Formats: sequence, structure tokens, C-alpha cells
Amino acid sequence: MNKYDAFLIKYAEIGIKGKNRHVFEEALVRQIRIALRPCEGQFNVIRTYGRIFVEARSDFDFDEATEALSHVFGIWGICPVAVHDLMPLEELSKTAAAFMREEYPDGEHSFKVRTRRMNKEYPQDSLEINAELGHAVLEACPNLSVDVHTPEITLCVEIREKLYIYSQVIPGPGGLPVGVGGKCMLLLSGGIDSPVAGYMIAKRGVRIDAVYFNAPPYTSERALQKVVDLAREISVYTGPIRLHNINFTEIQLYIYEQCPHDELTIIMRRYMMRIAERLAKENDCLGLITGESIGQVASQTLAALAVTNEVCTLPVFRPLIGFDKEEIVRVSKKIGTYDTSILPYEDCCTIFVAKHPVTKPRAEVIRKHEHNLDEKIDEMVERAIANDDIINISSYSSRQ
Amino acid sequence: MNEKREIYLDNSATTRCFPQVAALMNEIYLEDYGNPSSMHHKGVTAERRVAEAKKILAGILKVREKNLYFTSCGTESDNLAIIGGALAAQRRGKHLITTVIEHPAVQEAMKHLESMGFEITRLGVDRDGIVSPEAVAAAVRPDTILVSVMHTNNEIGSVQPIAEIGAAVKAANPGTLFHVDAVQGFGKSLILPKRMHIDLLAASGHKIHGPKGMGFLYVADGVRLEPILFGGGQQGGMRSGTENVPGIAGMALAAQILCKNLDEDREKLFAMKNRLIERLGEIPDLAFNGRTDETAAPHILSVRIKGVRAEVLLHALEDKGIYVSSGSACASNRPHLSETLAAIGTPASEMDNSIRISLSVMNTMEEMDRAADAVIEIVPFLRKFVRR
Repeated sequence: MNKYDAFLIKYAEIGIKGKNRHVFEEALVRQIRIALRPCEGQFNVIRTYGRIFVEARSDFDFDEATEALSHVFGIWGICPVAVHDLMPLEELSKTAAAFMREEYPDGEHSFKVRTRRMNKEYPQDSLEINAELGHAVLEACPNLSVDVHTPEITLCVEIREKLYIYSQVIPGPGGLPVGVGGKCMLLLSGGIDSPVAGYMIAKRGVRIDAVYFNAPPYTSERALQKVVDLAREISVYTGPIRLHNINFTEIQLYIYEQCPHDELTIIMRRYMMRIAERLAKENDCLGLITGESIGQVASQTLAALAVTNEVCTLPVFRPLIGFDKEEIVRVSKKIGTYDTSILPYEDCCTIFVAKHPVTKPRAEVIRKHEHNLDEKIDEMVERAIANDDIINISSYSSRQ
Repeated sequence: MNEKREIYLDNSATTRCFPQVAALMNEIYLEDYGNPSSMHHKGVTAERRVAEAKKILAGILKVREKNLYFTSCGTESDNLAIIGGALAAQRRGKHLITTVIEHPAVQEAMKHLESMGFEITRLGVDRDGIVSPEAVAAAVRPDTILVSVMHTNNEIGSVQPIAEIGAAVKAANPGTLFHVDAVQGFGKSLILPKRMHIDLLAASGHKIHGPKGMGFLYVADGVRLEPILFGGGQQGGMRSGTENVPGIAGMALAAQILCKNLDEDREKLFAMKNRLIERLGEIPDLAFNGRTDETAAPHILSVRIKGVRAEVLLHALEDKGIYVSSGSACASNRPHLSETLAAIGTPASEMDNSIRISLSVMNTMEEMDRAADAVIEIVPFLRKFVRR
């Protein structure tokens, strides 16, 4: 058996959402239930007294459960709680002291006790309880000392119909529960940036659909598999993702034939944005998400971003816009997409990458050259969208 | 054949199992599943399966059963021969000879020995990918303990003059062991260790329509090897680990089927290969890597097509249900250039222009025509799109 019987879920921002608070809390409860579904054991997720409790109804795997909870956006902290039946103060002191001895067997730490007595039938008041428990802990744990102003550890005791004892806070990812912020369309590739961009927007409570532009035979089935794997990895946080796999080959070859070579990438990007926007609108998405960051590559200079941006009316969210590569890599390692992103299979064959692409494209010039595509491009775009291959991805199922 | 009528031309990567082999293995998994080391009837039956398999393989190689050891793959066989052979002989010397076109199973085993203080000489090849026996003889020294030369090159299908190299090694230093990696050659060419002065010969099951996860090593009389796996002392302690009885029996049956008609099969393979050479030869700016006559392997054809990225052609063929392999991966962040192609003098600009077509007795002449048609159709299209 675990020494913990429940988790107290702490959430920060939801607390300030005023009248919508219950919407956020319900979404968080729902996301916690989904996250715990594949875990061993049964849990009750209860919203009570302005907080969320996850109570284990059976034996469970502590590491598995805390890991699952640590992926739920909206959670600021996860406190493993020991639950006891009500007991007299003398016995409670012994229990609390034993709890602390087990939690902090060594190392010097300062602590304080904070009691919340919701159950007013308990004979002693919180000040008395604080003093009594502090005394008992000090006696039992010579490595702990009291500091009521800036303690390293707070021993929390809540007295309701039962007793709840906890002191640790395992950090959660923060943010807002997925689903409260509507949905966006992520332009997902096999690189390092776009999965991180999707993660960051999802963290603000936004559900994610994704679009991948595939170019067989210039890209391999493994490149698609890599993107499917990345989508599955971020779906651990974002929940299920509908991945739109768009065959872009015909459009890419047509642009290659009709447009100046140094503008290939920028014109391709414009068509990707146009298709992504169409898919977004058809799927109730309120914006697009890209992994762009200023100046990272030729197509991400300010001038190039402006030229790509002008083809869309939906807002384009670029959460990595001011990030350095190392910062993006750090997040990608943290969320677990990095190792997949650095696999070698490429999304774009070097044939379609000019040796010297334009870095300061001018919109009017690009627009003029796009007119070279007038004859066939519309039907090609329609065909690409009509042949959309939708892959439903969730972290608990697999395809291919 | 499935609805797409797939044409599998990547038989040097692996082969489809003979149905008889799969059936035999299935039977052994379900009936004769005993451990050959067990004292009871089930063990005896399993042991008999292993003995029968050994007899078949020994008959094919014209060697004695006791000279055969079963392993988990060609790579293990090469490692046991090279590392085991070098460790057992290191008091006599620490010099080994190999070639620059060997499979990684040999190259990496040699590198490992190098890191342990052994000295390695790596011989080059001519433009056809052939090692000269004279060059081998000249490299042999009094302290040379082992020479390793592959029988058939896996990328371009060049076949080495193994008997001549073996004779040259023994003439230069009778104490030097001669190891042959015959993973691509066994079952496609007649290989007789005793007539070719071979002391160690490695082969694998899945290249000959047998099971994956199976290999064997021939070890000549009087050759000492240090084991590289330690455990229950099976196979005379040379290779511990419970014998893979279904795999052993399956590999032997596959070898038996292939080698029974070796001459006929070679003829058939050459006829198919020649058809490809003839048809593909019409494509301008196309060249074949290595020789195209019957001194080369009957089942491997390496084709270099200027202006066409091999991986793109591979995927375009794949779209038509035709499976081949490319020499290099289309990946800028992991340049994987073929040492064999470099060794035969392929220009740097054409390093990723080669595809390998590898045949088996399961292919047909009609498939050759359809594959050739497909390549002839695709190449002009792909040549329109090059990096500028």
C-alpha cells in the first residue's frame, strides 16, 4: 500500500477567473479523469471546498499517477495526501510526527504547521493544533527546525469529516485546462519547433488539430511516422489530436516549375498557410499555430513572416517568436519530443530548397510570381484538401 | 500476390521465407519444442532436429558436422570468427587484414579489435570492387593472425576470388586464419571451404529464404576461437545459449532447397539480371556499379542514374509496389555515404544516385520487365526536378 491515499490538486490561475471559475474547474476535473484513465487503480476526482481532490479507491502506482497528473494543464501543484479518520489531538500529533519523519528522514529543513479546521466540531482550534503538532514533529525529527515566516516545508493538516495530511508539492505544468480556450490548427512538421509551439498554445487551454504537408516520393513514409509519433507525444498534454495529412507533392512540383527558384520556400509556405487556414475554418479552429521564430531560417525573417502572414485572415499564433533555438530545445526535451524530432527523416527534400533563398521577399513581387500558378493551382489546392487523410491521434492508441 | 501485385526486389536486405520452411518451423514450435539439453524424450527429439540440420548444411559445404556452430545472425557469426579468432591467436601476433568494402559486421568488429590494441590493414579494391589476391599476399606478415574477405559484396554484388585469396594467404603464412563473410554469397554461389582454404565461414538464414535471427559459422579443424558468449556451455562451449531449434531446422531446409538447384537457379537469376541490364541500359547517363558479366553475383544489380536521387526513385517505385534499396539515406543531418561506392571511385556528386536491385528465385522475368518499365517511366520525370 502507498503511504498516500489521495492527491490535493492546486491550481492557480483558475482562481481568478471570476464567474467562469466553475467552467475552468469542471474542465480541469474532466482532464484529470482522462489523464488517470490508463493508470492502474481507481480514482474519485472530487471538486470540494474550492479545491480538487483525487482520492484513490484502490491500490495504485504512485509514480504512474503523479506523472499522469503532471501532464494536465491547469495544475499548478500536486500534493500527495495521507487521509485518516478523525482522531484526538494526542494521536494526531503522533501521526503527523511519523508522517514527517518518513517524508524527511534526513537533511536539515525548516518547517511550520498550517491547520485548516473546516470541521468546527473538532474540539481544539487551529492555533492549538499548530502548536501541538509543531512540538510533536520537533521531538520526533531532530533534523527539522521551526520557521514560521519562511519555512522550507509546510506541514498542512486539514480537518473535515476526515483528516488530510500533506507537505509536498510536486510541480504541475501550470496553464489552463485544455478545452476552455477553443481550438487551433497547428502546422506540424517533423522538426523541433512546431511540437513545442503546439504544446505552448495548448497550455493556455486550447485544443489542437494539426496539419502535416507530406511530399511523397520526395519524403518517406518514415517522415510521416515521425510526425505521427510527435503528435502522439504532445497529445499526452493536449488530449486527442486530429492530424490532417495533406499530400503537397503536386503543388510543390508546380511551384518549382513555374516560380523563381529562390522564392520556392516562401511561396510553398504561403500555400501551406492557405491550406491550413481552409482546414482550420472547416474544423472550427479559431487560429493557426506555427513554430516560427524570427530569423531562424530564411523563411522566418521579419520580411518573410510578413509575406507569409498576409495570405491568412485568421490570427497566426507564433509562441516561439522570441525564443532562441536553445530555449526551444530545452522545452522540447522537457516535454519529451526532442528525441523524435532529431530523427533523420526529412519533411522537405533538398531538391526544393534553394541554395540561396530570398531573405527579404517583397509581397508585391511574390504575388506577381504567384500569378504564374493561376492556371492550375486552385484545382490542385482543392484536390489536396479533398484527399486530406485524417489520422486520429491520442496518446493511448496507436496507428501504423 | 496481393492486389497491388508487389514486386520485391530487395532480397539482399532480406528474403521472403520459403513456405515449406515456415511450415516446418511452425511444426517444431508446436510439436518438437523441447530443449536439446533436456534428458527426456522431448529433448532428444529436439536434439535430433539440430543434428539433421547440421547434416544438411555439412553436406552442402562438404564439411563435417562437428565443424558447424549455430548463432543468432550473420553479424554474430562474423564477430565470433573475428573477435574470437583474434583473442585466441593474440599470442602469435596482433595483425589482421581486411578490405574497405566489408559489411559493418566485419568493419566494426575490426574497429573494436583496433581499440583493444590490434593492428588492422584495410585493403582497397579495383574499379569493379574486387580485391587482388596479390595485394592480400603482400600484406600478410609473420604476425598476421587473420584475414577477413567477404565472398559477395552486399552493395554492388562483386564476387571476390576467394579460392585464390585463400591460397595466397596460406602461401604467405600458413598460420594465418582465413575468414570469409559469405552472408550474401551462400546459397547463390558454390562455396566449398576446404577447397578454398577457408578456416572460418559466416552465413545467415534470412538471406536464403530462411528464418531471421539465425546464422551459422563454419570453423575448420584445429582452429581455436575464444567464445564471445558465456553460459550453459551449449555447442561445446563455443556458443552458449539454448539452441534455436526451429530456426536451425528452418535455415537448413532453406539452404537445402536453394542449393539443390544451384546451377539452374543461378542461370535463372542471371537471365533476370541480364534482362534488367539490357532494358535499363537504354536510359541515358545510367551506369552499373561493378561488373555486369557472370563473374559477379547473380542476384545483385547496382544502378547509378545521374541526376536522380536514389531515395526519391526508391519511394517513387514503392508507390508502384516495387521495392528496391538505395545506397544512402536522404538526410542532410546524417550523411551516410557508402564506403563501397567510394572505394570503386564513384564521383562525389553521384554518391546518392545508386539504387540496388536484388533478386531471388521467387522473382519472375515478367517482374523484371515491369520493374524496368517503371524505372524507365519515372527517371525522366525525376530528372526534371533537381536542386538549383
